[in-house]
Amino acid sequence: MHHTIVIGLETHVQLLTKSKLFCGCVNRFNPENPNTQTCPVCLGLPGSLPVMNREAFLLSVKTGLALNCDISQFTKWDRKQYYYPDLPKAYQISQYDLPFSHDGFLEAEVEGQGVKRVGIIRAHLEEDAGKNMHDETGGGRDSHVDLNRCGTPLLEIVTEPDLRSAAEAKAYLDELKLLLNYLGVSDCNMQEGSLRCDANINLHIHGDDGSKIATPIVEVKNLNSFRGVEQAIDYEANRQLEIYEETGRKLGDPGVHKETRGWDANRSVTFGQRSKEEASDYRYLPDPDLVPITLTADEIDEIRQALCEFPADRRRRFSEAFELSAYDVSVIVNQGAEFANYFETVAAECGDGKQAANWCTQDVQRELNERSVAIGEFPIGAVALGTLLAKVVANEITTKSAREVFAELLESEAIEPTAALAQIDQIIEERGLAIVSDTGELEGVVETVLAGNQKIADDFRSGKQGAIGPLIGQVMREVKGADAKVVRQMLIEKIGK
Amino acid sequence: MSIVGSTTEELLGQLASGDVSCVELTSAYLDQIAARDPEVQAFLRYDRDDALRQAERIDAKRQSGQPLGKLAGLPVAVKDNMCTKGQPTTCASRMLEDFVPPYDAHVVTRLKEADAVLMGRANLDEFAMGSSTENSAFQVTRNPHNAEFAPGGSSGGSAAAVGAGMTPLALGSDTGGSIRQPASFCGVVGMKPTYGRVSRYGLVAFASSLDQIGPLAGDVTGTARLLEVIAGHDARDSTCVDLPVPEYTQSLNEPLSGLTIGIAAEHFAEGLDPEVESTVRSALDVYTSLGATVKEISLPHSRYAVATYYVVAPCEASSNLARYDGVHYGFRAESFENMIDMYATTRGEGFGDEVKRRIMVGTYALSAGYYDAYYLKALKVRRLIREDFDRAFADVDVIASPVTPTPAFKIGSLVDDPLAMYLQDLYTLSANLAGIPGISIPAGTSSGGLPIGLQLLAPAFEEERLLRAARMFEQESE
Ligand SMILES: [Zn+2]
Repeated sequence: MHHTIVIGLETHVQLLTKSKLFCGCVNRFNPENPNTQTCPVCLGLPGSLPVMNREAFLLSVKTGLALNCDISQFTKWDRKQYYYPDLPKAYQISQYDLPFSHDGFLEAEVEGQGVKRVGIIRAHLEEDAGKNMHDETGGGRDSHVDLNRCGTPLLEIVTEPDLRSAAEAKAYLDELKLLLNYLGVSDCNMQEGSLRCDANINLHIHGDDGSKIATPIVEVKNLNSFRGVEQAIDYEANRQLEIYEETGRKLGDPGVHKETRGWDANRSVTFGQRSKEEASDYRYLPDPDLVPITLTADEIDEIRQALCEFPADRRRRFSEAFELSAYDVSVIVNQGAEFANYFETVAAECGDGKQAANWCTQDVQRELNERSVAIGEFPIGAVALGTLLAKVVANEITTKSAREVFAELLESEAIEPTAALAQIDQIIEERGLAIVSDTGELEGVVETVLAGNQKIADDFRSGKQGAIGPLIGQVMREVKGADAKVVRQMLIEKIGK
Repeated sequence: MSIVGSTTEELLGQLASGDVSCVELTSAYLDQIAARDPEVQAFLRYDRDDALRQAERIDAKRQSGQPLGKLAGLPVAVKDNMCTKGQPTTCASRMLEDFVPPYDAHVVTRLKEADAVLMGRANLDEFAMGSSTENSAFQVTRNPHNAEFAPGGSSGGSAAAVGAGMTPLALGSDTGGSIRQPASFCGVVGMKPTYGRVSRYGLVAFASSLDQIGPLAGDVTGTARLLEVIAGHDARDSTCVDLPVPEYTQSLNEPLSGLTIGIAAEHFAEGLDPEVESTVRSALDVYTSLGATVKEISLPHSRYAVATYYVVAPCEASSNLARYDGVHYGFRAESFENMIDMYATTRGEGFGDEVKRRIMVGTYALSAGYYDAYYLKALKVRRLIREDFDRAFADVDVIASPVTPTPAFKIGSLVDDPLAMYLQDLYTLSANLAGIPGISIPAGTSSGGLPIGLQLLAPAFEEERLLRAARMFEQESE
């Protein structure tokens, strides 16, 4: 007997729009000033009416297309009705039977396993609720509600139960997050709740006789970190296996319902929540305050044409265009769109993908980590770095000199792109870092150095390869910017004569 | 000429010529309110000083030569379900007794921009649910023609206020006949515009896909003038249509030549009071004498209208009224055990019986397993009803019918019979289901001395045609 874990994920993503989904209030995380970003519409005051934010809908359609979904030409809004203090209208405007997109997929690279295609059942748009500051002990009297989040646009993306392990779930979420970053749809900041996840988990138990039994489905709610998703999956797999071995209860047995469990991140366990049976009838109703949205095939195509390049396409293109390893490409592309753009500019400027990749993933990345900043705040622009590296590629300065210039540019903090280029030339000039290609000048120095170090020359002749090192150093002290390789070559030639 | 009883056009003429100031005019109506409203009880609230202050401002504006709006100086009563910034908007419900909106409804903004004098807040059936204004949590409005009789509803306060000469103009809202039926009972003109013609922003929702704000006045011209002011696009209501608004008052007196009037057998069936029938038939004779043709049409699905309406409207109402839960604003019960109990007790105490009845019907009909059989089925029948009208209007310009099966009924006579009360809307609610405009104009008087109205219906956005047709009849009966 063995078992398979079967997982489907429902991911809620807050969209990066300027305003909320159905009113003009600003869409910004602001827990310090509760109830300051509200208006009659998102407060659900009597007489107020929702008006759809087209920007939010457009971002959603973009995401649907990026998830390879079919985009509906007719979609509508529905009211999902339930009572809760953080929901002032007592219904959430959502999409029920006609979501704007359905039937797509996302491909994610699973470590040591290759590419996994995860089916997307649907993606739909809805408004978020407010936030309760809880204390139910006083019968609701001591609770507070912050409605700043109420009405902010939320995209719900539902996968098929295609995932088979915590690692696959993690890979899917990483790729989804990256895709949303490339699309500019969400910042996916899990601390601020802009990406939240529910996981539907059960087991398929395979008997030795080829039989297959499914355990009851458990929905683990409100996982707010990818680590939490992984841990919850593993925890549930073990728990469900134990319960199955104890009770033999399986999916479809009389009295078996989908169970909802919460996740305790401190103790790393799931825990039973109040049965949803009572609350499960949401009495969906098409929202009569909003008109359905129609999109023509041409309009959908227009949105498709304007889409950015997705991470998977970019990986493919980078590895072909810049002859990089799959590993290097992933490191660059997975840093996000801004970083990949930065790399691409550097590579284009210097004409050497490998050189650009090394610098971006090592020198630049190290500085970003040390400063804890994103690439957008990095003081050296992509064109400046590319220009600097071009000099290395063209053999005008050494890699070592380039690091010196890099270090000095970092000191000067954010500088104008054109000023940066002038500054690079200035540093090279001041420090005499330009490689001396005038062999006449070098030749004289080499000869002088050799003349003063006959013993070392003899040692080298007699086979002591290491003896030449100090001679190279001496020449280079004399001629800043001399290429060590050239100096070494000249020394060997002259000693041999 | 006395002020009270004059038409809106006469009043505007007197104001423009300087014969009368806005303060004098407003005072005259306030005096009329003081004289009549203790009996009629049309107003939930009015503020004499506030009304006079508004009037002073308008007089000052006129004296300084500033341009004035289309209603400059005319008092307007507003049904108490349209939000007015800083003033209570109660919907005649305990639930919103203390609710003060922080914003103006679109129509209230339009009234202010048109330099109207906001006279006060008119009574209604709680949350506009009812046909007699007896469902108000605060007071029962009386028919100005006979205080023993109901003024109709739910815009009973608005219709009674105009009918009693306490204001020349009023705003009502019509979800199934709530402007036209009380207009008919009170002997005034009332119109439900096309769905989407007037912004619902700030109208406290009863049934969102049916609700529409409309004008009431003593005559067709006043009705046209008020509609001109409130109609038109408002981006805050997604269902409000962006179409130009004709100047209804300009074309109003031009008769419609070659007018074809449809009458449906379904509107003259069993249950129709003979006096009402003969009044409507006499009105048709008037039109014939003016050169109009009367043509029989069929509205075969109209017999399902009441059933359809009483699924659609309660379903939407149960959803729209769910927000009154005692959490964020409005009434909250004094004592309760826990959060769920707070919801239940608050709603149990805060709503009246009719509102609770409709919320329960709607909640039931939307429950899992019933949705298809009720709501979805009702939407399908609703489409058939609309298609009936589309077919009919291919042959006729307007449709004429009774407004209600009977003249005004006695107060208290139907309160224990909700079904009989619902049948009050038999002839009016099809227009809401189809989204088309309808108007009720005075057409006669019963042997008991109560007004009887005539209803005219037109295709969507043909308010101009409707008003001209109504004006033809009015002119002839003057
Ligand atoms: Zn808002």
